[in-house]
Amino acid sequence: MNRVNEFAFKIATANGSGSASANSLIMQAIFRMGVPVTGKNVFPSNIQGLPTWYEIRVSGKGYTARTPQFDLMVALNPATYEKDVKEVQPGGWLLHDSTWPLDERLHRSDITLIGIPLAQMCNDHFSGVRERILMKNIAYAGALSALLGIDADIIRTLLKEKYGRKPALMDSNQKAVDLGFTYAMSNFPCPLPIHLAPLDKTKDAILIDGNTAAALGCVYAGATVGAWYPITPSTSMMEAFKRFCLKYRRDTESGTNRFAILQAEDELSAIGMVIGANWAGARSFTPTSGPGISLMNEFLGLAYYAEIPAVVFDVQRTGPSTGMPTRTQQCDLMMCAYASHGDTKHICLYPSDPREAFEFAVKAFDLAERYQTPVFVLTDLDIGMNDWMVPMLQWDDSYRPDRGKVLTAEQLAEAKAFYRYLDVDGDGIAARSLPGTHPKGAYFARGSGHNKFGGYTEDAEEYTEVVDRIARKVNGARRAVPAPVTQGPGNARLGILTVGGCHAACMEAVDQLAAEGIVVDYMRVRGFPFGEEVTAFLEKHETVFVVEQNRDGQLRSLLTLETGVPVARMESVRYYGGYPMSAHHVIAGIRARLEKVA
Amino acid sequence: MTYIAKPRVHHPALQKNEIGLTRRDYEGTVTTLCAGCGHDSITAAIIHAFWELSIPPHTVAKLSGIGCSSKTPAYFLKEAHGFNSVHGRMPSLVTGANAANGAITYIGVSGDGDSLSIGLGQLCHAIRRNVNVLYVLENNGVYGLTKGQFSASADPGSLSKRGEPNTMEAIDGCLMALTLGATFVARSFSGDKAQLVPLLKAGLKHKGFAFIDVISPCVTFNDHEGSTKSYAYTRENTVEVVQADFIAPAKAITTEYDPGAVREVTMHDGSTVRLRKVADDYDPADRDRAYHYIRKKHAEGEVVTGLLYISTDSKDMQAQNSLGATPLVQLPYEQLCPGSAELAKLQQQFR
Ligand SMILES: Cc1ncc(C[n+]2csc(CCOP(=O)(O)OP(=O)(O)O)c2C)c(N)n1
Ligand code: SF4
Ligand SMILES: [Mg+2]
Repeated sequence: MNRVNEFAFKIATANGSGSASANSLIMQAIFRMGVPVTGKNVFPSNIQGLPTWYEIRVSGKGYTARTPQFDLMVALNPATYEKDVKEVQPGGWLLHDSTWPLDERLHRSDITLIGIPLAQMCNDHFSGVRERILMKNIAYAGALSALLGIDADIIRTLLKEKYGRKPALMDSNQKAVDLGFTYAMSNFPCPLPIHLAPLDKTKDAILIDGNTAAALGCVYAGATVGAWYPITPSTSMMEAFKRFCLKYRRDTESGTNRFAILQAEDELSAIGMVIGANWAGARSFTPTSGPGISLMNEFLGLAYYAEIPAVVFDVQRTGPSTGMPTRTQQCDLMMCAYASHGDTKHICLYPSDPREAFEFAVKAFDLAERYQTPVFVLTDLDIGMNDWMVPMLQWDDSYRPDRGKVLTAEQLAEAKAFYRYLDVDGDGIAARSLPGTHPKGAYFARGSGHNKFGGYTEDAEEYTEVVDRIARKVNGARRAVPAPVTQGPGNARLGILTVGGCHAACMEAVDQLAAEGIVVDYMRVRGFPFGEEVTAFLEKHETVFVVEQNRDGQLRSLLTLETGVPVARMESVRYYGGYPMSAHHVIAGIRARLEKVA
Repeated sequence: MTYIAKPRVHHPALQKNEIGLTRRDYEGTVTTLCAGCGHDSITAAIIHAFWELSIPPHTVAKLSGIGCSSKTPAYFLKEAHGFNSVHGRMPSLVTGANAANGAITYIGVSGDGDSLSIGLGQLCHAIRRNVNVLYVLENNGVYGLTKGQFSASADPGSLSKRGEPNTMEAIDGCLMALTLGATFVARSFSGDKAQLVPLLKAGLKHKGFAFIDVISPCVTFNDHEGSTKSYAYTRENTVEVVQADFIAPAKAITTEYDPGAVREVTMHDGSTVRLRKVADDYDPADRDRAYHYIRKKHAEGEVVTGLLYISTDSKDMQAQNSLGATPLVQLPYEQLCPGSAELAKLQQQFR
């Protein structure tokens, strides 16, 4: 088997020891060699001391899903030796720190041990406790560069870019790289059979995490008010928004900002601020995760019923309750679709990677204002926090925000009368007005029963008329949300239907199944409410495997509820242990079912 | 854009303000509260205050939570945008709206249940942020709308309508606001329009969070003997410490006072609030002394009213966030989007 540009390795360290910069150095260097690469940071809910891992998959073929099959393990955390050594594929390699005698837990006869005296070398060449610890990480990056054939010049360039203005740091980093590199070169046959060879497959791509991309989307959409309460894994989104706003939205001369970031006291308040700001006419959003959405429920119902735009990013993490805050899942699909008490239904967008996180962030504001309702963008920890290789983000300068039906002062002045909830155009969307525009624009927004004129009501017909129109309005959005992505011959017996970050694993599975002679049609839904094409896909296939990352098959439940297609037609394939979905999960699920039938 | 409503023809006896509007122009729909409810008197005072200040109604936004008190924004300023939201969460809505458009005059109306129980956290944090809003807490010691349960402002020992005493300590909104760094703290009584109207006017002109606790008896559930929030008890036991007069900018100050007893505070728009000390030993610029004075009087069974504390030199939320004179909602999109060339440039960082 050709293992050039097709392998995976994992680095086991302790949290807070400074391995992150070594890991991203390796990632970036591989990327600059033109070879597709993905990194998954598996980290604890802790600031210092607990185990952390970084998984890097190299795939010349361009597969970006996580693989749990590691050809090489860098085992630097004695606390996890036992677990780590087991994860190496037979015939693989294990890199350890040979400063100390080999720990017996690392013995395994079917793998090759690579001992590098990382601590020893760093103690000899660096002074100060912190520097020695930090440089140990850079030294393993140097060793990996020799072992895996990562271009040393590229590493040098990257260090120069990073530490160009800090020559002392530049020198020590380069020295550490050289130490690891030279030791590996002179003691082991380099490169190993798994190694890199330059390609040109990353030219038009970037490495970016979904939170950064989504934050950038908010900037480009013209969002001005961000409200939030910190929660993993969404926190870095507001940090990125702030960074971009300081770069692009600060008038240094006058010292004024063209944005406001409000750190709320909790998520109830965060969504309240978002609704208040949108009601006043600003594009406003909040990034959060499942526990935050739970708290926001009451307010979301208000925004739905009083018809006020709001954009909510749910970077999903494992539930229920606090769950595993640093592990990924798609477990809020149901909650977001119907958040809040009473009859509600919300527009949801499901990006599959950071590029779509950027695009759907912009789309979310347009939909929220057009339909005057909350819109969710559901990513997850894997999309939000990990670096993904995606095509460069594109921007069309002719874009202008779709503010929906907002009456101007002139329109209000000319109007005979303005009634906030009157469906003048027959599309279920009534025009709104913003505070301060015109005396005729005044109306009383309320979460209590109201009639189409905006007046308080307890009258059965008046109440029903308004809630029925809102249902029509939100259902109408199924034509405006991003259409599903499809692939396959279109007439296969079997289908795979999935959502969000499962995409990469499913695409890989589809290829592998094809190699076994199993042809499937593929659909990835990208928006809710589902369009007619989703129902058609379910009806057309004998069996549709619904692939998702939660215990209860929430996507399948949504499909059943919304399309009316019997649940028996859908076979649930789930993985919900907290790691991103892998192709082998998909294939194992499908195979189990096919064998049962056969 | 500011439009001034065309004055309508009303009863000639109705006096017009500087922008040609009568008090009627500041009214809302007809109240649905119980006859005699304190909240209705506060509504009347609010109408009066806005009218006297000649604020165009459509430049105002009125927000509230849930409760009898929170219904009242419907009863004033029909030409202002209103938002009757969810229970206890009005402060966050005002905060967001204010961040988006600071050119609007915001008034928030709440109850003691809405503010001191379910919404306690939001109120505290809006005070800390110094959001520019006049916040009126219509305080009756009970949850009126859910039929008379004690609220967190009920005094220990105060009797319910059924004669049961309240056993828990009360939260005094004014004391709490003082400890949280509030920049404007006042207390009044719905039955004392002469005191309340100038306080509301000063609060509206205050740039920052103006907190006014207005004792507002609930005639249906908390106006009996043994209640410390009844009309009778409040009339008997309130003592005014500082009287506020509001003087619009450029208005000549004619009345003469004993110089030692008067202090003038200049508001951000140039108007003046003249504070007349009624109690010699009270200083509305001294937060700590104000706090101790209110507590001491409370222990003596007296409810201190008036403008209890004012400071005009703190930054409001807009200033803290370095927001410019143009509200965020009025910024053209071109000033918000960095464009495609910049996106391409930025992405070199991600390679
Ligand atoms: C989440 C929620 N819980 C409970 C209620 C029921 N409720 C409505 S008003 C109210 C109390 C209002 O008391 P207060 O704010 O003092 O207003 P008042 O009626 O006394 O003016 C309660 C508990 C509600 N509307 N929402
Ligand atoms: S129940 Fe009490 S608070 Fe409510 S309207 Fe009646 S008197 Fe006013
Ligand atoms: Mg009350």
